[in-house]
Amino acid sequence: MPLRDTPAIVLGHGGGGAMSAELVRHLFLPGYGSAGAPGELGDCAVLEIGGTRLAFSTDGFVVKPMFFPGGSIGDLAVNGTVNDLAMSGATPLHLSAAFILQEGTALAELGRIAEAMGAAARAAGVRLVTGDTKVVDNGSGDGVYVTTAGIGVVPEGVDIRPGRAAPGDAILISGDLGAHGVAVLSCREGLTFGTEVRSDTAPLHGLVAAMLATGADVHVLRDPTRGGVAAALNEIAKAAGVGVELTERDLPVPGEVADACNLLGLDPLQVANEGKLVAFVPEPHAEQVLEAMRAHAYGKGARKIGTCVPDHPGMVVARTALGGTRVISMPIGEQLPRIC
Amino acid sequence: MKYLDEFSDPDLAARLIDQIHAVTTRPWAMMEVCGGQTHSIIRHGIDQLLPDDVEMIHGPGCPVCVTPLEVIDKALAIAARPEVIFCSFGDMLRVPGSGQDLFGVKSAGGDVRVVYSPMDALKLARQNPDRQVVFFGIGFETTAPANAMTVHQARRLGVTNFSLLVSHVLVPPAIAAIMESPRCRVQAFLAAGHVCSVMGTREYPPLAHKYGVPIVVTGFEPLDILEGIRQTITLLEQGRAEVRNAYPRAVRDEGNPAAMAMLRDVFEVTDRTWRGIGEIPGSGWRLSSRYREFDAELRFDVGGLRTAESPLCRSGEVLQGLLKPHECAAFGKQCTPRTPLGATMVSSEGACAAYYAYRLVTHS
Repeated sequence: MPLRDTPAIVLGHGGGGAMSAELVRHLFLPGYGSAGAPGELGDCAVLEIGGTRLAFSTDGFVVKPMFFPGGSIGDLAVNGTVNDLAMSGATPLHLSAAFILQEGTALAELGRIAEAMGAAARAAGVRLVTGDTKVVDNGSGDGVYVTTAGIGVVPEGVDIRPGRAAPGDAILISGDLGAHGVAVLSCREGLTFGTEVRSDTAPLHGLVAAMLATGADVHVLRDPTRGGVAAALNEIAKAAGVGVELTERDLPVPGEVADACNLLGLDPLQVANEGKLVAFVPEPHAEQVLEAMRAHAYGKGARKIGTCVPDHPGMVVARTALGGTRVISMPIGEQLPRIC
Repeated sequence: MKYLDEFSDPDLAARLIDQIHAVTTRPWAMMEVCGGQTHSIIRHGIDQLLPDDVEMIHGPGCPVCVTPLEVIDKALAIAARPEVIFCSFGDMLRVPGSGQDLFGVKSAGGDVRVVYSPMDALKLARQNPDRQVVFFGIGFETTAPANAMTVHQARRLGVTNFSLLVSHVLVPPAIAAIMESPRCRVQAFLAAGHVCSVMGTREYPPLAHKYGVPIVVTGFEPLDILEGIRQTITLLEQGRAEVRNAYPRAVRDEGNPAAMAMLRDVFEVTDRTWRGIGEIPGSGWRLSSRYREFDAELRFDVGGLRTAESPLCRSGEVLQGLLKPHECAAFGKQCTPRTPLGATMVSSEGACAAYYAYRLVTHS
């Protein structure tokens, strides 16, 4: 029995944390056997084809509600795949889109989603070149599910992947944390926090290009979506066998996100972002990369949040504002709001 | 919500920590009763900043952790029924029963929903008149008023398809039970601020007097906790078994009279089994006879359940402060938040989960 504690899929298997990783490691990969990917398994594969290095990625989108402050499932479907490609340093080029629609879904709603996808694709400079549509019985689905896949080209000399994180790297974040997760949650649960939190959904390949243009040897890029910064950093620490040390005071968590998380008993580090990236860059290059990030529209709030260290390999540790330390662990499955 | 930042100011915290070091002349062991305080202490690393001689013992004040297995199994049985919409706070969903958890029931087709307030469950009941809506009403004196109000409203509005699965527990009898234990090492208590904001502080002087322990009503932000600890050590050093309120911005001595009146109307005191600890006389609330028709246990026939705790789990000793989480042989091995053997590993307020999530030593 490869998956220890549940005989069936539970929500946590889609949470982007430890349970999702186990499903891949213990069910999908053994099932694929020799047809599975060799080496590192990430959100994006880089394949050398005819002398060109192609980045290839796919992502499914099931967000509820489909429209939320700052965006919609259409924006996410384009930006999510664009960003997965961008995190390998690639220039995204072409996307596919497959729809699974529930019987009864309003055409007007689907139209709004299609328009949002078109607008997001134009903004990102990519084309939607192929697709598919399926319809399931009323009650078998939940409105609209979108799966996109995308390809892009990785520039010569660029090698960005989790395994390259190295002790001495500065860890940078491109801006404020937690906005997307809180925007969707507050919309879903009808919660308000005085000010409206808007999703940060955005395409990040332009920001990545600006970072690479500095000539810095960027080791790792990651967009901390599901599972948040906690999951992203834990995966990187594990993949590279390095430790991560964060300074809690340097984490940019906006007041309204912190308030919402406090109220619900959530950790802002585990909340999803859709328009932010984490970068591992050799410390001597950090300042110039930060400068380039801050000059870009999607990196204005860029700052250093920590350091990659040789100690405690595979683990992420934060120094608390009070001077203590705590481990930032890999989220397990779904985040559970606390009772009191 | 600016007040939250103000109560975690690092400079003020450093000053309080200095004062605590200055006032401490010998070893002391105190218990923070509430799981929210445990979480905050470990999350901010507060215990690492205290004098080596000051030990924080983590108490049983995590409602998710102490809800008895039998009640969890009843919840699982009720939630699996096709006519039921079962509503719960989020962190109850992964608490293991004898066989599975509520996530498992949901995955098998049960209609299990996370709500943020019992009133949301009542709303669901009104929207779904052909279904039975059950709310899992657990927790200490803190969560009880909202549950009481919901049942009260259900009756006022004539909503007959709503019921409450109740397993409320009370802090003062738990403090007494801990002090009566022959292995007790607790010399003082940080009382749970939010419980006192409902119930006031008047239940505590008799306990302080009877057991000779200082009791300091304490809040949850880092500065609140440090101030509670500072006042507690000051009382201990002076040999004074008295009650102090270190959380006056939320707690009045008389508590919240409106909430208490509602509680008296809807609930009555009953004996209650605490998971891992056992039965404590007069330590819980159940629906009073006036509201018995809203009791889910009576509405659904869920008798004859056989419960089985993991033989490896020592959460009972953890909840009584007799064992630190990482001293348990199963900690981090058979028992992780991913595969919890006991509820203390599930709730973010559970001592085992807090240690697992935030402590380096325990992983390496």
